[in-house]
Amino acid sequence: MSPALQGLITIIIGVGGCVGYFYFSNLFLDKVLYPPTGPNAGRNITRAGMIRPWLFLAPALIALTVYLAYPVVETLRLSLTERVPGGGYAFVGLDNYSKMAAEPKFWEALRNNMLWLIVVPAMSTAFGLLAAQLSDRIRWGNLAKSLIFMPMAISFVGAAVIWKLVYDTRPVGQEQIGILNAVWLAFEGGPMSVLFLKIVPILGLLAFAVAVGLIAWVFVRPMLKAREQVGSGTIPLRLLVGAGALWLIYMSLRSIFGLAGADLPYGVPQTWLTIPFWNSFFLMIVLVWIQTGFAMVILSAALRGVPEDTIEAAIVDGANPFQIFFKIKVPQIMGTIVVVWTTITIVVLKVFDIVYAMSNGQWETQVLANYMYDKLFRANDWGVGSASAMIIMLLVTPILIWNVYNARKEMR
Amino acid sequence: MDNIVGKKSGLTWAVHISMAVLVALWLFPTLGLFVSSFRTADQISSSGWWSALSTQERQVPAIRVGGDEVEVDGRFVIEGRLFSATDATLSAWGTTSTAPEANAPGDVVELNDGVTLTVAEDGAYVLSSPVTTEGTRLPRIFSTATTPPEFTLENYRAILFEPSNTDGMSRAFFNTLTVTIPATIIPILVAAFAAYALAWMDFPGRALLIAAIVGLLVVPLQLALIPLLKLHNDIGIGKGYLGTWLAHTGFGLPLAIYLLRNYMVGLPRDIIECAKVDGASDFQIFTRIILPLSFPALASFAIFQFLWTWNDLLVSLVFLIDSTGQTTVMTKQIVELLGTRGGNWEILATAAFISIAVPLLVFFAMQKYLVRGLLAGSVK
Repeated sequence: MSPALQGLITIIIGVGGCVGYFYFSNLFLDKVLYPPTGPNAGRNITRAGMIRPWLFLAPALIALTVYLAYPVVETLRLSLTERVPGGGYAFVGLDNYSKMAAEPKFWEALRNNMLWLIVVPAMSTAFGLLAAQLSDRIRWGNLAKSLIFMPMAISFVGAAVIWKLVYDTRPVGQEQIGILNAVWLAFEGGPMSVLFLKIVPILGLLAFAVAVGLIAWVFVRPMLKAREQVGSGTIPLRLLVGAGALWLIYMSLRSIFGLAGADLPYGVPQTWLTIPFWNSFFLMIVLVWIQTGFAMVILSAALRGVPEDTIEAAIVDGANPFQIFFKIKVPQIMGTIVVVWTTITIVVLKVFDIVYAMSNGQWETQVLANYMYDKLFRANDWGVGSASAMIIMLLVTPILIWNVYNARKEMR
Repeated sequence: MDNIVGKKSGLTWAVHISMAVLVALWLFPTLGLFVSSFRTADQISSSGWWSALSTQERQVPAIRVGGDEVEVDGRFVIEGRLFSATDATLSAWGTTSTAPEANAPGDVVELNDGVTLTVAEDGAYVLSSPVTTEGTRLPRIFSTATTPPEFTLENYRAILFEPSNTDGMSRAFFNTLTVTIPATIIPILVAAFAAYALAWMDFPGRALLIAAIVGLLVVPLQLALIPLLKLHNDIGIGKGYLGTWLAHTGFGLPLAIYLLRNYMVGLPRDIIECAKVDGASDFQIFTRIILPLSFPALASFAIFQFLWTWNDLLVSLVFLIDSTGQTTVMTKQIVELLGTRGGNWEILATAAFISIAVPLLVFFAMQKYLVRGLLAGSVK
């Protein structure tokens, strides 16, 4: 039977089955089990009302339990067991985890994932905010927005092909067909090269370090002032933010000095995806390119929701456009920025296709999701594979708790 | 906002320019792939796609003179053409690899022993010799030609309609469609009922269920791979379409329920209560009132789910693609091509563009609903 026909039959059976289930189970409830007539009509109506929600929910609940809730528990169990020769599983405690911790590839994946977690949400949100703010002020803004939003519709694999073409390398002497190398070869070490490849990036890194420092200061400052009340529960979070910021500032300062002293190989085409450490950034750009549109759409709606009178008041007080943006608008949409940030963070934690298609974790670009796939389906080691899946789950958990907490708060 | 009467911001131009730069940066990569898919393999490998619109000057691979010898006026003459393209023009030619551009078109060059060679501007060459050249080694011609911009649909024809097409792109296209359509429709139906129950019916444990669904929204599907594969193997589904449809349904449900519930809660209470007073059952209220009113939310989830299932690689790799290779999907095909034909950009670009064309069409046609769905799903 051709798959298309099979698909059609499945649609009919699936849709018909769902409709039939909902229709007949309701009919059964109303006509046979608890008919709203006869001597017990009132009691029957109440009982039917108690059962009906569960009829409506049953298929969804079953699917959610089997396909999402059960796997979490089962993966946890698998990560603590090992396949024994001859079939069956044996409980091995934390052996899989210690085996995983002994692998340098795992630490490489974890380190890269941390980099992804910082760079991709930050850059996507920043570009999204920039695009949202700029496009709101021009007549062709809607067209611009839909062009920036477009990569959202492109698959990660498609995006991988698109960017492989950008990063393509031809040997010296041949014409470069990758646009990045063509641009790179246009620099030959003159003053313009120094300006664009040294001074501008250094200023960018410096701005990044300052921004990180300011954000961290906002978090850490309340702890240093005795007068202000600080919830004791937030102290670990504040310390964590502070430590992370210090590390980021250290990293960017180190890159600045590295860049200032670096002897760039002008005139030589580069194979971008094989340069250790930096190649991860070339992969990250792909995800930033995809996710910026999402950030832009959400933040643009939030920016439009900022009350006009606060902006007018600022203009009357003589604020310039930059002050209006950073001091009036951004603080008012902080909540939305956090939502966008966390949503992209989740996407980043699951990122698999891009790395799988572009480098497959070679040249030190491994990430957790691809590491897990490697373990599961290439090395066929389900124990360690499950253990690394649990690490991804562990990294998602804070966001999960935060989301549930917010949803509960909203419902009350 | 800073359009105070009589004052035009000097920043306006800066805004226009930075926006244009941003849009160009975002558009260029896709544009590169799009343009490349209409170029021949030769053109792609000899010049960047950005120069596709300009006339190109490039070296034609060296060609050895060959053909039938004809005797004309006591001399032995061989005539032939360097390239078949009629609109290319020769700008220079030579007979040694050290000086490939030594002569201009139309020059008559004496090689040795009275043998003369001339190449015209349109690539036609004439070799003339006083004695027969049969059995001797004929000279090679190096040439540089300029070709006007040229685009072709050949790549698309080759990938979509070539019967001997071993890259299986058209089969993968239909397989992807087969995965996508049921995996989009079924979760909508299941989720709509559940969302109605969570939005408008009162029962104990409702708040807890909603919280659980919010939690499940972020559970990485990586966790589900092994347990579900085991489950599918145990109950006999194995690898195949059924398992893939079920998996996509399960993974799409939390977002579906969440989006639809958020939308349904916002529907006016009066309508539903009026219907109840008039004696409508919950089932009737749902099918006659809620479903039609929720069309925008249903549409936006349908687009999400469609894009997600069409673009998915991981779920298909794990639950669908078996060793026979019959059930491959487009994303997998492209990854294969990247591995085996990494240098053949004409095939790669065309295949990738075929796979992203459908989502792009859906995206541009239904952008309004997509944006609405995004806003409903995240800003809350």
